[in-house]
Amino acid sequence: MPATTEAGVFDESELVAKARTGDLEAFNALIKRYERKIYRLAKHITQNDEDAEDVLQETFLKAYEHLKDFQGQSKFYTWIVRIGVNESLMKLRKRRSDRTVPLDEPVDTGEDTVAREIAVWEENPEQRYSREEMGKILDEAVDTLRPAFRTVFVLRDIEELSTEETAEALNISVPAVKSRLLRARLQLREKLTRFFKRKGDDVFAYL
Amino acid sequence: MLTCKEFLVELNEYLDETVDVELRRRLEAHVTECPNCFVICDTTKKTIQIYKGMQPQVLPADVEARLLKAVARRAAAHKSQQV
Repeated sequence: MPATTEAGVFDESELVAKARTGDLEAFNALIKRYERKIYRLAKHITQNDEDAEDVLQETFLKAYEHLKDFQGQSKFYTWIVRIGVNESLMKLRKRRSDRTVPLDEPVDTGEDTVAREIAVWEENPEQRYSREEMGKILDEAVDTLRPAFRTVFVLRDIEELSTEETAEALNISVPAVKSRLLRARLQLREKLTRFFKRKGDDVFAYL
Repeated sequence: MLTCKEFLVELNEYLDETVDVELRRRLEAHVTECPNCFVICDTTKKTIQIYKGMQPQVLPADVEARLLKAVARRAAAHKSQQV
């Protein structure tokens, strides 16, 4: 595992080894490193602040309890993300117990990958919005996706897990990850086009 | 030439650069010929880039305080069990 470039910061495997011996300070350092990502992940999946906080706590408590089982073959981050995903999905299922969360729906055939909104974007759309506005636009767009697409997109394109890691974390097949990711990306592209398309291109004659 | 639908099915693999040379050539041929797919491809690529560049927000201070407290409590419970 590569050492971090920040001065004074322990290499992650060293932190994990220390935390495993019961060193709370080392474990807290791991918390500080990943708490924001776990919280963001939980918020995206559960779409609820209270649930996200519960997930955050449960994730790190479980990690603390099971640190001895962490073999170090995968990255600590991947391991903790998997715990976070499981906790989030449990919350989501509980909240929607009246309906089935379609996480195990059949593999998509790509039938609805048809794009409706096609327009060129501005050169640097992020410059037109403040950081806060941009974050809001992006978060709200993700939140409109169905859970099955949303979870895959969050893991692959926001938390940057590999296709295989995503499949494993969600307990779905690799082809299912791929087809859901494609649909999620295309749906988001379409939603963001409404914000980022070049002005004056409304009658863009591509069609 | 590939149809637009065939192109879109391969879009992810194309953007993630996991297609073989021959398919890549056919996808590139389609995208130079088809303005719609060019735009879809380009804006999808930008969509991915924008999300990848997004830094997570700082945790609300009270959320972090409660987290650290919960973990400290659990750690203390463990210690007292071991004694």
